[in-house]
Amino acid sequence: MYALVDCNNFYASCERVFQPHLNGKPIVILSNNDGCIISRSDEVKALGIPMGGPEFKVRQELKQKGVQVFSSNYALYGDLSSRVMKILEGFTPHVEVYSIDEAFLNFDGMKIEDYQDYGVQIKKRIMKWLSIPVSVGFAPTKALSKVANKIARKFPDRTQGSYVIDTEEKRIKALKWTKIEDVWGIGFRLTKKMHAKNILTAYDFTQPYNEPFIKKEMGVVGMRLRMELLGESVLEMEEPKDKKNIAITRSFDGNITTFDEMKERVSTFATVCAEKLRKQNSCCYGVILYLRKDKYKVEKQRYNFYKMETLPYASNSNITLSNLAVKMLKELFEEGEIYKKAGVIVTQIIPQDQKQFHLFEEENPKHQKLMKVIDDFHKKTGERKIRLGNQDLQRTWKMKQDHLSPKYTTDIKDIFTVKCH
Amino acid sequence: MPLKNNITFFLPDLENTFELPFISGGIKAGFPSPAADFDETKISLDHVLVKNRETTFYAKASGTSMIGAGIDDGDILVIDRSLEPQNNKVAVCYIDGEFTVKRIKIEKECVYLMPENKEFQPIKVTNENELIIWGIVTYVIKSI
Repeated sequence: MYALVDCNNFYASCERVFQPHLNGKPIVILSNNDGCIISRSDEVKALGIPMGGPEFKVRQELKQKGVQVFSSNYALYGDLSSRVMKILEGFTPHVEVYSIDEAFLNFDGMKIEDYQDYGVQIKKRIMKWLSIPVSVGFAPTKALSKVANKIARKFPDRTQGSYVIDTEEKRIKALKWTKIEDVWGIGFRLTKKMHAKNILTAYDFTQPYNEPFIKKEMGVVGMRLRMELLGESVLEMEEPKDKKNIAITRSFDGNITTFDEMKERVSTFATVCAEKLRKQNSCCYGVILYLRKDKYKVEKQRYNFYKMETLPYASNSNITLSNLAVKMLKELFEEGEIYKKAGVIVTQIIPQDQKQFHLFEEENPKHQKLMKVIDDFHKKTGERKIRLGNQDLQRTWKMKQDHLSPKYTTDIKDIFTVKCH
Repeated sequence: MPLKNNITFFLPDLENTFELPFISGGIKAGFPSPAADFDETKISLDHVLVKNRETTFYAKASGTSMIGAGIDDGDILVIDRSLEPQNNKVAVCYIDGEFTVKRIKIEKECVYLMPENKEFQPIKVTNENELIIWGIVTYVIKSI
């Protein structure tokens, strides 16, 4: 048996943990840079304010309807997410963290009398310990557990937030109820194709006469999904993997036209990549530089430019990655052109302890010690204060966060206050 | 004799923030440090103060109503949300739109939030109040 545990409106729920007066009130969370709405409380959904819409378009409406607005506070969400996942491990040792607010559980080898009740226990515990509401869906396959979860979420009164698909009858009823666009892995483009073929529900998707179409459109992925929805488990629990690539890319507010400005940006991106690598205890061999020109002002068709180089040794040093990125920039950058976007992507990532020693070329061992000092210092101060000489101290990471809540759980300066009077 | 090839792999806990001491004695050809055999892990206050890492939160106390319980203005409270609220426990409560810390007194018909300073009155919780017992205070950290 599998279960999918999904936190309801996770970011909005996180904001409510330390501000319970917002329970029952409409709130939205904006993306990085306060751009778009990325999480809405149920009350906001009821008001009909759409997901993903740019904030400035609905600013007036939000204000009128008394919606509380938050910038995304990933320090808080990340911390609460890891607490949720740890608590789930108290219910089964087999937990696959699927995203920041979802996890698959597996109960192989466990004897559970009443799954529905077990789900209610999970929900109650996470609610009491963290004030985060979750929904739980159980089924014999991962794809069906997603369907069961949707039902638990949609009918909280009837299901108590926990629903089990454990009979053929329930499975068919659930599939007929599930719209095709809500099926796991069916995105916007596929939905359109499915609709054109009159595949409107998950049940239609599983019908034998649609099999050739699904095979043609989605290949083996679609066939697997079909099996899963039919109740045959083909997707197993996955082990956590380190990220295969780390990319830091940004669009610029204005235009970048000079090499020095671009050098500062690229060096900063490379440094952040290096930090992320160190955080997951890995190093990379490959570094890709990406530049994008203003697509309306280029004379030729091409406006995306890539360059990749491989290091002679795997590295996660700010200095090494930054130097290489700047070296590539020298070759790629054209003075006089207008650039809109740039990025650094690191690939061929290996765990740090698998780093091989090279006979002829090796990174200066002092880098590792220096990076440790920098990381420790940044951890202590909570800010990126130590930078390379080619990174401008004035302008780096100027993110718009006008509605940011405190880092209640990750910064001692930000812990909440309780009154004694 | 049958050979058993069972190997159990243990993944390292890379998240662990508890520090281990660095044995700086090194390897020398002289007399070894007599203390080297007594190297043990450092004392970690995390271990002492935090029983359940997932459910422990910190808050700052503001005010004087709990000085009798050893909670002074500006102290840091360690709160464990997994503990059950019981009579006489000191708890962080959310009542009528505010977080407050009080000793809970459970009577037959109602609940009282008791201050520990004579200048403050107990709060009787009735049906009209909205009360959440948010977590139980387990330690108070203060500078003296």
